[in-house]
Amino acid sequence: MSQIETFYDVMRRQGITRRSFMKYCSLTAAALGLGPAYVPKIAEAMETKPRTPVIWVHGLECTCCSESFIRSAHPLAKDVVLSMISLDYDDTLMAAAGKQAEAALQDTIEKYKGNYILAVEGNPPLNEDGMFCIVGGKPFVEQLRHAAKDAKAIISWGACASYGCVQAAKPNPTRATPVHKVITDKPIIKVPGCPPIAEVMTGVITYMLTFDRLPELDRQGRPAMFYGQRIHDKCYRRPHFDAGQFVEHWDDENARKGYCLYKMGCKGPTTYNACSTIRWNEGTSFPIQSGHGCIGCSEDGFWDQGSFYNRVTDLTQFGVEANADKIGLTAAGVVGGGVALHAAVSALKTAQRKSQKTKTKDAASKSKEEV
Amino acid sequence: MSHHTLPRPGASVFVYEWPVRLWHWANALFILVLIVSGWFIARPLPTMQIGEATHQFVMGYIRFAHFAAGQLLTVGFLGRIYWAFVGNHHARQAFYLPLWQKSWWRDVLHEARWYAFLESRPGIHVGHNPLAQIAMFLFMVVGMTFMIVTGFALYAEGAQRGSLPDQLFGWLHDALGNSQLMHSLHHLGMYFVVIFMTAHIYLAIREDIMSRQTMVSTMINGYRSFKDDDAA
Ligand code: HEM
Ligand code: SF4
Ligand code: SF4
Repeated sequence: MSQIETFYDVMRRQGITRRSFMKYCSLTAAALGLGPAYVPKIAEAMETKPRTPVIWVHGLECTCCSESFIRSAHPLAKDVVLSMISLDYDDTLMAAAGKQAEAALQDTIEKYKGNYILAVEGNPPLNEDGMFCIVGGKPFVEQLRHAAKDAKAIISWGACASYGCVQAAKPNPTRATPVHKVITDKPIIKVPGCPPIAEVMTGVITYMLTFDRLPELDRQGRPAMFYGQRIHDKCYRRPHFDAGQFVEHWDDENARKGYCLYKMGCKGPTTYNACSTIRWNEGTSFPIQSGHGCIGCSEDGFWDQGSFYNRVTDLTQFGVEANADKIGLTAAGVVGGGVALHAAVSALKTAQRKSQKTKTKDAASKSKEEV
Repeated sequence: MSHHTLPRPGASVFVYEWPVRLWHWANALFILVLIVSGWFIARPLPTMQIGEATHQFVMGYIRFAHFAAGQLLTVGFLGRIYWAFVGNHHARQAFYLPLWQKSWWRDVLHEARWYAFLESRPGIHVGHNPLAQIAMFLFMVVGMTFMIVTGFALYAEGAQRGSLPDQLFGWLHDALGNSQLMHSLHHLGMYFVVIFMTAHIYLAIREDIMSRQTMVSTMINGYRSFKDDDAA
């Protein structure tokens, strides 16, 4: 493997100075939540380890993950990681196209058997033998299986690869299926979001490239350092939530004051992501900061949780526009009505029986008198 | 239950020991608090301007009341389960259904006909009548357990990853997929509880008036008194 370049070689070849390289290592350590002691470790790994190749494939998706990725706040991270990746295979970002591109994919797989990371953006539809997504003349699911066979690990980019996203929303006509349900014999790391935050993506990939292992994952297989807490746990509007101060209408005074968006359906309390800490677009802002609730884009099945603008979910199973309160109040109303009716009948019956009893008594005494 | 020897009219039988009675009324209080606070968690009160956000904790107190009542309810429930093992046989009645007993099914039918006004005289029961037993079972074993389990799964999220509630109940979120769904289930569960309570309170009072034994006072002093004065 000695002929393979190290990360450092690649960076130097890209015209990155030693100073910038060290900066990049510190920033990466910070982004990954590692202490300063890790900076030299990252630097050493990058200087000595052969570069880990990455193959990036695209299934049913909208390319928002790629769009996010190439906008990573730290230009170095973007340039470095991107140059490392585009060297191998990414049909969206690479220069080659058509047959040439497919040949590059095959080359990489063969050359780095068992050593490359497979990054998957989007997911394979399984209905009709996968014909709803064709790449290079063949169903995407075949390319995915083929590329996954010799991969060291797989990254599921975004809500599509991780959970299915909009193409898997009910009733999921193409049977779009998240990667981990198709590939079951490889370590898979999920990086959900629609798209995931750029810094999260570069952070995850840098960690894997430098340390040659997956970062700590949570039970759902997401990197714990970015998905360990909810938006709500770190939201800067949280004091207004606890105070009970809410935006009641989109254009009210409370909206101008920046109160909590809970009543506008904010899904922050049920969404695990790093938006409220890392934010978006070079840390400029994030949805809640710009006045709109979180829509829960990094959660499993977020398209199927009813309206983005309700906290109490619509439950379509029960008919149009029903939610837990409507169903519950209707049922409680029916039972309450039943109780009232039952009570009334009970009272009537009792009264009837009593009056019958007195009547028979009266009748008995009368007949006695007559005798 | 009717397969026991019939008690003498006017007699009193000791049914509910003090832990059962104490639990019953404490549980009723906790559930009331949980329903009211739960409702306002899902649909918070209108915004108030009492002070600066730091000095105002309206939603916080509502959630505190909910979580505190939830924890107390859980402790009480565990205690109640313990008492089902060590208490008298009435303490066990709500935790199982004797589906294998023919006589029990006969009583179920009789009691159903009594509530449907098809039977002029109700049965005589020392413990729960069999229909009440079914309702109790659905509430205790199914309803309470469901609310506690989903409640603690939600609580685990606030308690954060790695906390005890998370280690015990956090996996439920992963099994279900989306925690919003957990909220919906917990929320629907509230109506199961509300419906049970409506029926429970109505029937307890109705039975107290119309049946052949005391109901409400039994849960206060523990004694079931039989009201029959006729031998029929
Ligand atoms: C009779 C029992 C209970 C009732 C009727 C009840 C009712 C509710 C309701 C209606 C909600 C709002 C759900 C939504 O977001 O739509 C809620 C939320 C919640 N409940 Fe309960 N609950 C009960 C028991 C419990 C228990 C035992 C716990 C455990 C500590 C618990 C913990 C929670 C938590 C953590 C939330 C979420 C709070 C938030 O999102 O801020 N509940 N409950
Ligand atoms: S805006 Fe959303 S995430 Fe922020 S505190 Fe309110 S509900 Fe939570
Ligand atoms: S705030 Fe919520 S919806 Fe918006 S990007 Fe973050 S996780 Fe997705």
